[in-house]
Amino acid sequence: MPKPKKKTRRFYDYSLLFAIVFLTIFGLVMIYSASSYMAQITYKGNAAYLMTRQGIIAMGGFVLMIIISKMDYRWYAKFSGFAIVLSWALMIAVSLVGKEVNGKKRWLGGDTLRFQPTELVKITVIVAMAALITRIGKDVDRPAGIARAVLITLPLAGIVAANNLSSGIIIAGIGFVMMFVASRRKLPYALCVAFGALLITFAGPIGNVLTGLKILKPYQMNRINVWLDPEAYPTTGGYQVLQGLYAIGSGGLFGKGLGESIQKLGFVPEAQNDMIFSIICEELGLFGAVSVILIFAFMIYRFMLIAGNAPDLFGALIVVGVMGHIAIQVILNIAVVTNTIPNTGITLPFISYGGTSVLFLMVEMGMVLSVSNQIKLEK
Amino acid sequence: MNRNQSYHRGRIVVLCLISCLLMAGLMGRLFFLMIFRSEHYSQMAEELHQRERTIKAARGQILDRNGTVIATNRTVCTISVIHNQIKDKEQVIAALSDALGISPEDIRKKVEKYSAREIVATNVDKDLGDQIRNYRLDGVKVDEDYKRYYPYGSLASKVLGFTGGDNQGIIGLEVKYESWLKGTNGLILTQADAAGVEIDNAFEDRVEPVAGADLRITLDVNIQTYAQQAALKVMEEKGAKRVSVIVMNPQNGEILAMVNVPEFDLNNPFTLNTEPEEGTTASKQDLLNQMWRNPSINDTYEPGSTFKIITAAAGLEEGVVSLADTFSCPGFRIVEDRKIRCHKVGGHGSENFLQGAMNSCNPVFIDVGQRLGVERYYHYFSQFGLLGKTGIDLPGEAATIMHKKENMGLVELATVSFGQSFQITPLQLITTASSIVNGGNRVTPHFGMSAVSSDGTRIQNFSYPVKEGIVSEETSRTMRDILEHVVAEGSGKKASIEGYRIGGKTATSEKLPRSLKRYISSFLGFAPADNPQVMALITIDEPVGIYYGGTIAAPVIADLFENILPYMGIEKEQKTNTIMEPKGRTSLAQAAKYS
Repeated sequence: MPKPKKKTRRFYDYSLLFAIVFLTIFGLVMIYSASSYMAQITYKGNAAYLMTRQGIIAMGGFVLMIIISKMDYRWYAKFSGFAIVLSWALMIAVSLVGKEVNGKKRWLGGDTLRFQPTELVKITVIVAMAALITRIGKDVDRPAGIARAVLITLPLAGIVAANNLSSGIIIAGIGFVMMFVASRRKLPYALCVAFGALLITFAGPIGNVLTGLKILKPYQMNRINVWLDPEAYPTTGGYQVLQGLYAIGSGGLFGKGLGESIQKLGFVPEAQNDMIFSIICEELGLFGAVSVILIFAFMIYRFMLIAGNAPDLFGALIVVGVMGHIAIQVILNIAVVTNTIPNTGITLPFISYGGTSVLFLMVEMGMVLSVSNQIKLEK
Repeated sequence: MNRNQSYHRGRIVVLCLISCLLMAGLMGRLFFLMIFRSEHYSQMAEELHQRERTIKAARGQILDRNGTVIATNRTVCTISVIHNQIKDKEQVIAALSDALGISPEDIRKKVEKYSAREIVATNVDKDLGDQIRNYRLDGVKVDEDYKRYYPYGSLASKVLGFTGGDNQGIIGLEVKYESWLKGTNGLILTQADAAGVEIDNAFEDRVEPVAGADLRITLDVNIQTYAQQAALKVMEEKGAKRVSVIVMNPQNGEILAMVNVPEFDLNNPFTLNTEPEEGTTASKQDLLNQMWRNPSINDTYEPGSTFKIITAAAGLEEGVVSLADTFSCPGFRIVEDRKIRCHKVGGHGSENFLQGAMNSCNPVFIDVGQRLGVERYYHYFSQFGLLGKTGIDLPGEAATIMHKKENMGLVELATVSFGQSFQITPLQLITTASSIVNGGNRVTPHFGMSAVSSDGTRIQNFSYPVKEGIVSEETSRTMRDILEHVVAEGSGKKASIEGYRIGGKTATSEKLPRSLKRYISSFLGFAPADNPQVMALITIDEPVGIYYGGTIAAPVIADLFENILPYMGIEKEQKTNTIMEPKGRTSLAQAAKYS
């Protein structure tokens, strides 16, 4: 803690800000490294095409973040209702007139300017849940309160999951984490986590049973099989995972050196996206990969401090929501890339390529910094 | 507004701890993957990235017996395009189309095809390749390669053979000695991206190619050239379809020349050397196969009177006939119910065996054959090596077509005795004749002398089986005498050369069916008659007009010998000869007998 002063001074989490800036710039470097070779083929020799795009959006996002961080977060609560309506409108729109990329309807807008509404839904759920939990107070452990929370989160998670299962899981996860922090009960949450763990441990047999009952589609079962033994399916579904593993495995302790990845040369499909962590492993080795995870861990630690010291529950819950979002996404992404869980498309925050994602991440960071800015350094 | 209470803080800490635990777990997973499984995945990745590019080994040269290069390699270029690297498509299409003379549409197809590498043209001259390289077009690759080149064009085309697109031998010696000539290709191991495009500046592993061994053959370019000129001349003069000349060293089976005119251009082996006949339905491939055939070894014919050498040798060896035995020729001989004619309608009258041979009298040889009988004749036919192949080092040698012993009656025996009703290759005839006059050693005719590795360190000399004693030295000497008489005073006198002792035998074979009245005129000659150093056989296929072997074939061999004997260092008898081997001198003394 800085030395006390007479005047009430407000806190501003520069450590977190530094982590954000570092991760974003590191992300741009890795996007350039991962995408330049294929970009120069696809975009007529412009190797920096994707990095430039991402850089411009990140810079805009950064400015937005600073502005938001200087505002009083309590003000956002007013928008939670509007955000829910907007989220629903956009999700319905994307289901109807969405642009298909790689066979999934996830985009709104044209070729030059497009937008993934799911990222907006994540923030909506964070703000709306924080507002709701604050409002209902002790009802959070009563059926009526739980029902209201579920009504906000689950239908939105459901409509997102229809086209993007992993984002749906993240949204539901964010809601779950926020409820967990607000609640005084332990057992139901412990049971949920235990159930989830069991599901993953016995995914193979459970999947077989579910496929037998025709609840799980064959292609989904195939993903589970690929996960269990990717080398048995080198071309049918295991390709991406296996290429990622090749990249990770060939990294070794210190990696091949920045820019020296071979797997990014078209072997790992769209190396700048979900699988970018495998390229980090290949180029920077175990050392670099662990460093990246440690920076995320540090970020989560800062979230914890800010949430713990937030002036009110609403601010704390906003930070918890963002924390849940980042933690779930980082953990799931690395788990997928290392084939620890079955393959599903999740980006690595701040590092993976994606304009909408980085823009809304910056907004979330702005909100967290805003909460930190409301912490009064007393004495 | 709700307070941020202490139990909330507790939960937040729990959340953070769980997150950190999961992250620690993932670090453990990474540790496992990147340390313990690193080797496994690195190796699999390497296999995926590595591309092999072969570096063609230079094919070994073919040299004649004097070291003259008759088959070598020329550097040519392969032009290919790489879709991903092309920057200005239209410029590439225009430049390549202009330089290579390929239609722009064809090139466009290849330029627009999304592949790692598309070959536009092969076997492009080095000059043109250099020119295209100097355009410095992005995405256009000019690779140097070897193409077989034959400096003498069509010389000995059917013997040497040629090579195909991968520099592999297709016919002739090129295919027979493939394993020696081809060498071992080198390898460039590079890394490639997922589309197969090689990565610039990537680590390269190189295995250098090993050039093929040079093949030294027994052919003599000068003798071959002269024999070819002689063959072409007689083919033109007599309007013949084909003329073949084989020149061989009868002592060891080395073939000095093997001419089969019309030859074809080895540098353009897929261009027909003649206009296809009117109304022919044969496909181009059939015509090419026909053109590439080596009639000296791939085709059989009825040898006719030259085969009397074999009958005479068998009779002499078995002792059923001697030079002084008297025969009478009324112009025909009746065997069982058949009347077999002599070529001289009026008959040769009374004659001894030597005279019968000089006259090439059929009844005399029928009698010798009948004296031997089927059993013994067949025994000698087999002992002389006539039933099998000669074993020459060229592909596709034809086997002898002969009566089965159990189907052979006296009539068949009579016709075989003077060279009809069965077929052998010209090479089989000259090989057998060589073996009879060289002292009775059945030699293996061959071209290959030695293979010398490209760095000159390893030399492999080829050796060939010799079967000794197929006739006695005595019989062999008698045969040389008889055949020298045939040239000196008999039917082969047009082959005689002033100052040289030449032995030989003429033949005129009627082709089947006999009603067509088509002939093969041939002459087999050797010199010096007492110590044969060179033997030549000419076969003139379907001469127009006069077709007697003694009239049209014998002078060609005389002309050939007159030119090649001095070249070979075989001097005329009158001069004091210091080069002659001692064996030659002893037989010189014997020559007095006939003078």
